[in-house]
Amino acid sequence: MSEALALVPKSEIPLKAKDFKTDQEVRWCPGCGDYAILAAVQSFMPELGIKRENTVFISGIGCSSRFPYYMNTYGFHSIHGRAPAIATGLASARQDLSVWVITGDGDSLSIGGNHLIHALRRNVNIKILLFNNRIYGLTKGQYSPTSELGKVTKSSPMGSLDHPFNPISLAIGAEGAFVARTIDSDRQHLQSVLRQAAEHKGAALVEIYQNCNIFNDNAYEPLKDADQRDDITVRLEHGQPIVFGRDRDKALIQDGFGFRVGTPDEAGVVVHDAHDPDPSLAFALSRLDQPAFTHVPIGVFRSAPRPSYDSLLNEQVAEAKDRQGRGDLAALLRSGDTWRID
Amino acid sequence: MTKQVQQLDRVIIRFAGDSGDGMQLTGDRFTAETAEFGNDISTFPNYPAEIRAPAGTLPGVSSFQLHFADHDILTPGDAPNVLVAMNPAALKANIGDLPKGGDVIVNTDEFSKRNLTKVGYAASPVEDGSLADYRVHALPLTSMTVKALEDFDLSKKDAERAKNMFALGLLSWLYHRPVESTIAFLEKKFAKKPEIMKANIAAFQAGWSFGETTEDFATSYEVKPATQEPGLYRQITGNMALAWGLVAAGDRSGLDLFLGSYPITPASDILHELSKYKNFGVRTFQAEDEIAAIGAALGASFGGALGLTTTSGPGVALKAETIGLAVAVELPLLIVNVQRSGPSTGLPTKTEQADLLQAMFGRNGECPVPIVAPLSPADCFYAAVEAARIAVKYRTPVFILSDGYLANGSEPWKLPEVEDLPVIEANFAEPLQEDFQPFKRDPETLARPWAIPGTAGLEHRIGGLEKADGSGNISYDPDNHDLMTRLRQAKVDGIAGDVEPLRVDDPDGDARVLVLGWGGTYGAISAAVRRVRKAGGKIAQAHVRHLNPFPANMEEVLKSYDKVIVPEINLGQLATLLRAKYLIDVVGYNRVRGLPFKAEELADVIRDVMDSE
Repeated sequence: MSEALALVPKSEIPLKAKDFKTDQEVRWCPGCGDYAILAAVQSFMPELGIKRENTVFISGIGCSSRFPYYMNTYGFHSIHGRAPAIATGLASARQDLSVWVITGDGDSLSIGGNHLIHALRRNVNIKILLFNNRIYGLTKGQYSPTSELGKVTKSSPMGSLDHPFNPISLAIGAEGAFVARTIDSDRQHLQSVLRQAAEHKGAALVEIYQNCNIFNDNAYEPLKDADQRDDITVRLEHGQPIVFGRDRDKALIQDGFGFRVGTPDEAGVVVHDAHDPDPSLAFALSRLDQPAFTHVPIGVFRSAPRPSYDSLLNEQVAEAKDRQGRGDLAALLRSGDTWRID
Repeated sequence: MTKQVQQLDRVIIRFAGDSGDGMQLTGDRFTAETAEFGNDISTFPNYPAEIRAPAGTLPGVSSFQLHFADHDILTPGDAPNVLVAMNPAALKANIGDLPKGGDVIVNTDEFSKRNLTKVGYAASPVEDGSLADYRVHALPLTSMTVKALEDFDLSKKDAERAKNMFALGLLSWLYHRPVESTIAFLEKKFAKKPEIMKANIAAFQAGWSFGETTEDFATSYEVKPATQEPGLYRQITGNMALAWGLVAAGDRSGLDLFLGSYPITPASDILHELSKYKNFGVRTFQAEDEIAAIGAALGASFGGALGLTTTSGPGVALKAETIGLAVAVELPLLIVNVQRSGPSTGLPTKTEQADLLQAMFGRNGECPVPIVAPLSPADCFYAAVEAARIAVKYRTPVFILSDGYLANGSEPWKLPEVEDLPVIEANFAEPLQEDFQPFKRDPETLARPWAIPGTAGLEHRIGGLEKADGSGNISYDPDNHDLMTRLRQAKVDGIAGDVEPLRVDDPDGDARVLVLGWGGTYGAISAAVRRVRKAGGKIAQAHVRHLNPFPANMEEVLKSYDKVIVPEINLGQLATLLRAKYLIDVVGYNRVRGLPFKAEELADVIRDVMDSE
């Protein structure tokens, strides 16, 4: 596998999806998008080739945050919004672990917003899977920070007054080095994004559009409806021209600071460069779905490597040991001004 | 002329000036010289929260009090014998504390009309006779410094800034202090600015020479070294001792320290200090907020590090939910609270002991956390080691309750031998156990296994939801919740049998009144007890180090006295716990002035209670 997992011990035997299943009964509502994500993650993990015991899933609070109980790895179901902080400590102390954070739109963008942005700017080696269903599910149906303006919910009978976050724009603005989006119902795409996230050395933010069939059913219907999805979904692939549409007859043409939709044979078709150190185009791509569902890019918006926090921290530790020698407590106590009384 | 030398047994000096005048540095250096000379010392820095309050104003006054003696002393002293006032504001803010007959050294250069008006003096107190009750040394310290430095290539402003070193030189002469360490200190501090370095040394030496030649000081003073136990000593502040104690805990446990912290007064020095020890495997993480700081520490503990967070009361308020999580998942974690005056932002640079009940109860649910409180600056070292021992052995978060007075105060410390410090056994769970149960407890300690990621065959999930006894699976079973709640409590209660019993100092064994303190009031209470005993009073003293759980003999001790006085810098928090737990109506003495107790104040309290017997 990649450099990102270079310090994680390899599994001596090939693992299977079933090795990652626990004996715990899965308790999401029947029909919840979380089932598809769980199955996709369980069948993806063996691909990493790392030891199961060196894999850790950490979550906050919310429906999605039950996820670690169903993964037969080390797991930590923590408190609301704080999973990125806990994962930061773990990943900084232990470079031999593959650390995954499972969170939702309320958990990561509302109560835990601060930890999310700081984990991204530090580029700590954690993979954050943000299940975005645009609603509070576990508390039974209040609007979330990604709910659309005017949404009628239990706590907003006359419509929500909150302008929503676009998680991709937010993550890019927070200096995120790896930012991607995928959909619960497209296992192949989801796994391809997970693969790229795992290969990124540092913090990866993967927004997963996830359907809550109880409190916000069909939130992503336009992306799932066979009649319109291909004309709306814009699949991003690094190094490829951005062409889409059922008949692949549409293309993104750069237009000032943004884009317009043209045809693939026009001049100026944008070739997606996820590695561009300048995040401006990635940010512009994240604004394509305004108003909602005109065009929705999925895939990796940005994958621009830079040193991860944990590697820099551990380099300083190694350098200090190198320069000062391993810590000697007795010598420390006797350092500086001392005097002897006989 | 030949000057007289007078012997004194102890002296209390207070350096006071504007917060830009370098009074803390001056005090630190005088302390270092004095410690090196072999006196016993105790210090009390007192400074405003503002980095630079408007110059020359009362809120901008910063002071440093130092008590040194030829015998063992316990406090920085109730009142100074000597006040060094670098400007009118410093004089006005401090003169009230100086007993009549005390020495005042004033820097007359700063006593301009403008500076006098700023603090409400109509005329200069140096000239209008209002200081007639004191021995006043009115000296133009600034202009003498500038004159001494006229051959240096310095701006007038830079030359004036060395006036604190001139004052230090003068005081060093007055009290026969050794000067070599201060010169070495200046050489190191200003190594990159040779002109400033030479100027500061010259100002320091000029101050010394002035003392020797001036007629203003006919007498100089000697305070003989104190008789102290043989050994190697250093001077140490509470925050430094705490940081080193944490390094020692890492060393003695073989665990890497992971500090998650967010800057806050008066705890930040511990973060600064620990960030220097990466060669000990110490990782310091300056987090985005108090919550992330403890979250990262707990994450590191989950991974097998010794996680810790350092903060003050407002930070503890923010960390409460994560402390509850640490109690639920039963992982080692240290929470250092360097207490300051509250509530809310309170008085950030002033001391208080009012976070005891926050440490005891400041969380949702039944959520017991052990508490250890150091009793002197140097004791912060041992308190840190002890807290780490409990945290690791019992797999629990532990509070260390220091305070602003201990944090910044200093005293001589006889250095321990490393091998005399306890060994802390991490005892990680062994891999590949059949039917591993993450919440199966050690029958003796009730601690659960610490099974860290990377250990084959022990993959398990933990979290804040209630867990089934043994398996750790989520459980909503009513009886299980009752059982787990009692087990967590019993685990913490059981620590009482594993800590030193409360020691009582009752020399003749016939005292009827006990004075019981905790934390940073130890010095003041002990000094008060000495005064009472010197006059023939029978008084017993004990100081609680473990506040949760209390030592096993606590009740027995309390019930063997007719009266128990509990002085606290809060409105009676330990007293509340004692009344609730033992049904003993202790007598509280409570002041929250942001300042440590004075020995005489407590001696009066003790006498009053004894008289009412």
